[in-house]
Amino acid sequence: MKVLASAALAALVLGMTVPAHAADAAHGQELYESRCGGCHSLDANRVGPAHRGVFGRKAGTAPGFSYSPAVKNSGVVWEERTLDAWLTNPQALIPGQRMNFRVATAEDRADIIAYLRQQSGR
Amino acid sequence: MTQSIDFRRRGILRASGVSLLSASAVALLAGCEKMAAAQTGNTAGDVGILNTALSLEYEAISAYQLGATSGLLQKPVLEIAVLFQSHHKEHRDALIATIRKLGGSPVAAKSDAEVGKALNAAALKNQADVLRLAQRLEKGAANAYIGVIPSFGDRALAQVSARLAADEVMHWTVLSQALKEPLPAKALSFGA
Repeated sequence: MKVLASAALAALVLGMTVPAHAADAAHGQELYESRCGGCHSLDANRVGPAHRGVFGRKAGTAPGFSYSPAVKNSGVVWEERTLDAWLTNPQALIPGQRMNFRVATAEDRADIIAYLRQQSGR
Repeated sequence: MTQSIDFRRRGILRASGVSLLSASAVALLAGCEKMAAAQTGNTAGDVGILNTALSLEYEAISAYQLGATSGLLQKPVLEIAVLFQSHHKEHRDALIATIRKLGGSPVAAKSDAEVGKALNAAALKNQADVLRLAQRLEKGAANAYIGVIPSFGDRALAQVSARLAADEVMHWTVLSQALKEPLPAKALSFGA
């Protein structure tokens, strides 16, 4: 039991040291709704921009959303690598952005990205 | 059923251009007194995070306004919604005060109508629908406040974010009870 507890604690603290895993879009949807849903929806601009179609889209181009100049001028295109970097540390990818929300665990990031990709028809 | 939400407001009082912080805003900001003096390269980043949080609070205030004036909520749920809205107004006031203290400019709120459209409020047909929307937004807000903690340059502000998250979790718990939903079976269900 102690070993399991220690392993769970280690996974919690060292959330970024995880083995590669097959991305799970269904789990990604759960994560998206609970973690991203405070600010984002698929089809409406809220605190953050609408996300349907985000995979493959140039950053700062969701219609009708008022972006930071940093994101608008970043030249970033959202795909697996850039979305992973964004969710890991948005400020490191695009200094001056306004999101700042981080997803510490690589598996969770992969699942969220898989869901966004699915919802973008990619 | 069109109860005035502002009746219970205890936020910033503005008169002749003078702003007085609510007691909760003062309490929330306690320990952050050196923020203005200790400007760092992270200040602009912190202001950006706080402004995003402010947008979140504006949306929550509008959502509760839409719920309270929808005619779909009955007592005591209506009273709870009004109380929770007052909490979000106090969050708003504290965030505005902090942003100004850091030399930033608070973002403006969207109209209730804009928020209602974005949240598809027209689809709300009964009290449970309103409760589920509020529950979903409160969980998202709690997770948002948890998720930005590592990004703050000022640790005192990170603590403020944790305190705001705690309020949202309290709201989520009460709303879940009102919906007669079970509590999470596992620990660490927020931020995950």
